[in-house]
Amino acid sequence: MPQSDSQPLLRARGVSKVFPGTIALDGVDFSLEAGEVHALLGENGAGKSTLIKCLTGAYRRDGGDILLHGEIIDPKCTIDAQGYGIGTVYQEVNLLPNLTVAENLSLGHQPTRFGMISTRAMNRGAREVLSQFGLDIDVSRSLESYSVAVQQVIAIARAVTLSGKVLILDEPTASLDSKEVELVFDVVRSLRQRGLGIVFISHFLDQIFEITDRVTVLRNGRLVGSETTSDIDRVRLVNLMLGRELEQEVRSHGKTHAAAGEPRLTFTGFGRKGRIEPFDLSIQPGEVVGVAGLLGSGRTETAEVMFGVAPHDSGEARRGDGTVLNLASPRDAIAAGFGFCPEDRKTDGVIADLTVRENIALALQARIGWMRRIPDREQRAMANDYIRKLDIRTPDAEKPVGLLSGGNQQKVMLARWLVTNPSFLILDEPTRGIDVGAHAEIIRLIEDLCKQGMSLLVISSELDELVAYSHRVIVVRDRHHVAELTGGDITTDNMVRAIAAPEREAIS
Amino acid sequence: MNGLMLFMRRIWPQLLTLAVIVGLISIMFPGFFQISIANGRLYGSPIDILNRGAPVALLAIGMTLVIATRGIDLSVGAVMAICGAVAAWGITEGYGLFATLAMALAAGLACGLWNGVLVAILGIQPIVATLILMVAGRGIAQLITEGAILTFNHEGLIFFGSGSVFTIPTPVIIGVLTGAIITLIVRRSALGMLIEAIGINLRASTLAGVNTRVLLIAVYMTSGLCAALAGIIAAADIRGADANNAGLWLELDAILAVVIGGTSLLGGRFSLIASLIGALIIQAVNTGILLSGFPPEFNLIIKAVIILIILVLQSPTMRTVAVFFSKDPVGASDKEKETVAP
Amino acid sequence: MNARLLPLLATLVIFLVAYAVCYAQYPAMLSTRVIGNLLTDNAFLGIVAVGMTFVIISGGIDLSVGSVIAFAGVFIAVMLRDTSLHPLAVFSMLLLITTLFGASMGAIIHYLEMPPFIVTLAGMFLARGMAYVLSIDAVPITHEFYEYMQRLYWLMPGKGRLTLIGGLMLLVVIAGSILAHRTRFGMNVYAIGGGAQTAALMGVPLARTTMAIYALSGLLAGLAGIVFSIYTSAGYSLATVGVELDAIAAVVIGGTLLTGGSGFVAGTLIGVLIMGLIQTYIIFDGSLSSWWTKILIGMLLFAFIVLQKGLVWTTAKRRIAGG
Repeated sequence: MPQSDSQPLLRARGVSKVFPGTIALDGVDFSLEAGEVHALLGENGAGKSTLIKCLTGAYRRDGGDILLHGEIIDPKCTIDAQGYGIGTVYQEVNLLPNLTVAENLSLGHQPTRFGMISTRAMNRGAREVLSQFGLDIDVSRSLESYSVAVQQVIAIARAVTLSGKVLILDEPTASLDSKEVELVFDVVRSLRQRGLGIVFISHFLDQIFEITDRVTVLRNGRLVGSETTSDIDRVRLVNLMLGRELEQEVRSHGKTHAAAGEPRLTFTGFGRKGRIEPFDLSIQPGEVVGVAGLLGSGRTETAEVMFGVAPHDSGEARRGDGTVLNLASPRDAIAAGFGFCPEDRKTDGVIADLTVRENIALALQARIGWMRRIPDREQRAMANDYIRKLDIRTPDAEKPVGLLSGGNQQKVMLARWLVTNPSFLILDEPTRGIDVGAHAEIIRLIEDLCKQGMSLLVISSELDELVAYSHRVIVVRDRHHVAELTGGDITTDNMVRAIAAPEREAIS
Repeated sequence: MNGLMLFMRRIWPQLLTLAVIVGLISIMFPGFFQISIANGRLYGSPIDILNRGAPVALLAIGMTLVIATRGIDLSVGAVMAICGAVAAWGITEGYGLFATLAMALAAGLACGLWNGVLVAILGIQPIVATLILMVAGRGIAQLITEGAILTFNHEGLIFFGSGSVFTIPTPVIIGVLTGAIITLIVRRSALGMLIEAIGINLRASTLAGVNTRVLLIAVYMTSGLCAALAGIIAAADIRGADANNAGLWLELDAILAVVIGGTSLLGGRFSLIASLIGALIIQAVNTGILLSGFPPEFNLIIKAVIILIILVLQSPTMRTVAVFFSKDPVGASDKEKETVAP
Repeated sequence: MNARLLPLLATLVIFLVAYAVCYAQYPAMLSTRVIGNLLTDNAFLGIVAVGMTFVIISGGIDLSVGSVIAFAGVFIAVMLRDTSLHPLAVFSMLLLITTLFGASMGAIIHYLEMPPFIVTLAGMFLARGMAYVLSIDAVPITHEFYEYMQRLYWLMPGKGRLTLIGGLMLLVVIAGSILAHRTRFGMNVYAIGGGAQTAALMGVPLARTTMAIYALSGLLAGLAGIVFSIYTSAGYSLATVGVELDAIAAVVIGGTLLTGGSGFVAGTLIGVLIMGLIQTYIIFDGSLSSWWTKILIGMLLFAFIVLQKGLVWTTAKRRIAGG
């Protein structure tokens, strides 16, 4: 029940944050009323977590004000923010698994008598606090002996006891099943009843519509819209998140099928428990298969299961000629002619301290084996070749790749796989965090590669992009492949509808 | 040409340090550089530094590779004792020189395999995994020598400790040869790059298809092999295997040599040559103190001071200060490029 | 049952089984006399291991303690030989020095963001070097107060003697247990071991606690040095080489996780006693050689490290299954 007449509980006014090379937040306004659950939505890099970190003092903002009850506050760190009454709970439970529940609740302000902690008083206090949250558990056991849902509730309990005005929930339900989500939601509802303002971040649309009163959508560091949840429908919400301007549609549908013949690869019943439900997929030479879905929907998991990062535990993969492929590890996948550019370039992709040349040669060298070193001259020729072809902006091939910009690192990753001459290349968010110029180049490159007969699987949250280069689009939701769009059906509208569909019904 | 320049830029701080230390010693002791030949073998302080520095230099070779993968091998001192004991036992049991050497080297490789399996397959932290052998290793060595100092007088084995080839002491030759062979293998093959890749980013390396498990095991086995060579030299030098004192605390000297050589304890880029110079620096300090008449125990304080200086120089806090004050801050200019380049 | 208790339980079971085996072969081993000797002989190790327990629970390591014990012995012996200070005055000077020494290592670890391993390695060299500087030879301690302290004991039923230093070790273990489980400092140590960043976010003062942890380890190493000097009536700069390894082994065998975050001071006492028991058994046996101690301790170390790894795996598995 938002009250628009009085001062909002918490307000961000024109908050900006600049990182070298990117504007993470660009004058964002946000307001939170007491007694409401307010969803903050956006894809990766939209600026959600930057906004949260500015609100809680984890980042120093570069511009704008934060107001609590209409008065300007300036939290210097998260503990400072706690003092103002703003508490945060993260997806990764930010408690200590090795301490007991009671210790986690009271760390930093345990009840002491003559300098000694009174365990009994501490446990009693913990039980009292948790009973308000509907939890009746043994508080003297270590936190890790409880399920993530219970840990999440304990984290919420700690945050509320310490702060008590504003509660920020950063993807608290990401690793919970539906029953556990209810446990957390019951707690959230009772806190709303008590008059707390709650910021709720989640990628699950069902949950947004179930629990929140208002939604605010960010995209590329800007505020896209802020509306009452009951006034907005799913399709419009997905459109806001993925930033598709309805009127500016460049191309309405994808390519018609290029080659219809023997498939190059066939995956049947391929999946891994807890990551991605079994799926069937066959890919032809020279085909680009797009994968659409929100973050956490199972799109990255699809790629990781295929590449053997998280090996499949059901189904099988066959080549066009019927031979079964062994895909138990990345090495197996590479031996089968696969390549994989992961989403997180920094931790999974580039080797930051190695040079551009070494990074490009790495996968090929690993495949040849350590004994037969690719001669320096060849490595340099290879690197220079791709620096030219992909237009990698670097003074020379001997520069550590960690010093290049994101777009150029992405091109180095592409080059690493292209020199291995793969027949099947998986690209996970190839254009994330890349400026417009490099963006277009990478799309052009994808089209070139498929013309040369390479098969590609491209995961992207840019639906327009998928329309532009895909021959076929798989839509992923809740760890299921829920729809497959081909030819004229590949439109952003159809994708959005499949992503937004409330139940697991196939849309074709 | 360019490669040589880069190489010199990498090792000049170590070379300079060594030169300063040797210079200081020779100013204080003008006779320092006097080298003589007696009994077909070179003598003199510089030769002494090389000769006595050989075991630590050998350990430093293996340790450099281990540290480059972001690991550490605490067991090398104990492995030295084990391999020295195996060598002494083999020769006194009359197995002949070749069989004895083969057994000692095999023992070193087995120890390395053990460490490597714990680290690469069981996923135990290197410092914890190698601690086991560090604790138990001397017991195993004593088991072999049955608690006594197992002496021998087989000329062939003694040759590895105090013999000479073309007037050059054998330990020096073994050290130089091992350093040269391993440098060649590592840099002429792709091993060097793959090891560095593992040390910088294990996950990304695995995703790029690098066989990280096998490489990690191989690196620990190399370290074990180097320790075996050092153990054979140490045993041959005193004509006996002393399970309690052979290689005692040399693992720490080896780590120190690697750190002085500029290889980061956090893994990644490494230089074997710089580590070898590091080992020589340590030995030069030892010899200098010995010559100056100070009790050799002062070494420890000097080593502590060296570690402290390196710690301060390498610490992230200092690096920020350095970038802040330097005229052409590397970080800043690259940041600029990052923003300019599309 | 709490999985964290499992290593402690395993330690206890191993100790009881080992003692039962010893008793079956040598009934004389079940006497307060043997127990008294066990406590006296391992008093210095027990004290220093308590400090090591705190360091390891916080996720660190302290390699300097063996050298600090040696330094302490030499310092006391030289001061008593060259000055007319009363031993108690020398003790307080010494404890101040070693505490400050530990605190400065903690400060370097925290402020220079350097791994504890390499910082305490420098500390190890420094302390041993200072001991050498004071005296290279063994210095005997002949002071009537020392003789008085050595004669102090409490006669246990069964003619066993609980000596002053054995009793002191038990006191340190009790005090350590209280400090670990009943004070804010103790809980902060566990919190840092569970995750330093998270602990800081939850309001644990990182700098202060890290310095206090290593200061405590320095203090207890100094105290262990005093105990060792009472035990041997001498100070020798080459003494107690490798005691840091024994202490680490005792802590791990006592059920403390080497990666930090979990452990018990009482477990460390049992770890020390297991190691002492192995030695006592070998002495009783007479035919077994002393090196089996090291090999057995190594094997125990391996078993416990694998046990801990297995526990971490099963916990993670259960989480995935449950989550």
